[in-house]
Amino acid sequence: MDNQSLLEHIKTKHLSEIIDAYEEYQYLNVIIKPEFIRNIISYLRDDPNLKFEMLVDLVSIDYSKYPEKKLGRFGLVYHMKSLTHNHRVAIRVFLPEENPEIDSIHDLYKNANWLEREAWDQMGIRFRNHPNLKRILNHKDFVGHPLRKDYPIDRRQWLSEPDDLMDEMEKRLKEKGIILRRG
Amino acid sequence: MGVKTYNPNEQLPYITTRREAVLAWGRKNSLWPMPFGTACCAIEFMGVVSSVFDISRFGAELVRFSPRQSDLLIVAGTITYKMAPILKQIYDQMSEPKWVISMGVCASSGGFYNNYCTMQGIDHIIPVDVYIAGCPPRPEAILDAVMKIQEKIENPKTKPPAQFKVKEPKFDY
Ligand code: SF4
Repeated sequence: MDNQSLLEHIKTKHLSEIIDAYEEYQYLNVIIKPEFIRNIISYLRDDPNLKFEMLVDLVSIDYSKYPEKKLGRFGLVYHMKSLTHNHRVAIRVFLPEENPEIDSIHDLYKNANWLEREAWDQMGIRFRNHPNLKRILNHKDFVGHPLRKDYPIDRRQWLSEPDDLMDEMEKRLKEKGIILRRG
Repeated sequence: MGVKTYNPNEQLPYITTRREAVLAWGRKNSLWPMPFGTACCAIEFMGVVSSVFDISRFGAELVRFSPRQSDLLIVAGTITYKMAPILKQIYDQMSEPKWVISMGVCASSGGFYNNYCTMQGIDHIIPVDVYIAGCPPRPEAILDAVMKIQEKIENPKTKPPAQFKVKEPKFDY
């Protein structure tokens, strides 16, 4: 399916949720209202004509020092790909500077779990209903979100304790039916 | 069986030396390195262990991944602040006497990673005996560092090479 018909297809069901759509480098970008993210993503995944089975990446962007004015300080881009029909789309949302928050899609795509945690850790975007929204790349005692443009890139923080990952391990073991006894 | 009388003209079955010298000689020729490899330098270290460069010619063949069994810590790779407490713990677990080689610019000075997460030199948290320059260093440079450590073990009285003292890093919380 080419970009034009792809867009038509999304528009038929979700016209009111779309803010803007444009094509860039032969790649369809659709800007949507953030409150409808779960609607659109699950539609893209389940519709037999679209069948976006793969969430390739979830990227967060800080537009605060961008020359153009955007709809909000933070941007989130969901890169989707269909393995069956071999087409792609980028779903974009903009979030405000204060309290950037959006619904989690961890139950629609498994890899969203880690991607969302990364966006939270590095950019400080919160995901509602995420099962384990804690830092993933930075240390648990790290203060701030280093990929924000107002975080000084060479500000280092002293972290003196190894990070314990047992909470995640225990959860994984419990999922597999193993119960860990401590002590 | 008779009592053998001492005849100074016969070749003696023993030699005399200082105990420290024997110990140092043994230590020098049986280093057990523990590689703390986090990045590309660790791959370079594998080259040093391989048959081409062959670190075992210097007696440092037994690469141990257990700090309690090794006496030479080779830090090869970029150390982040998240990793720093772990490196410190591993250094503390090694038994005395112990030596540290900081391999490559990343471990020695943070290298070109002047950013929020990379430690600007492992000497902020553990003492270093020999620094190796380069990104990555040539295997010969690592063998040279091992030889420097061996010299140090042999002459414990000689002062270690002057280490550059870094300022305490400034942290604002
Ligand atoms: S010094 Fe160079 S080769 Fe060694 S870990 Fe750093 S970047 Fe990699």
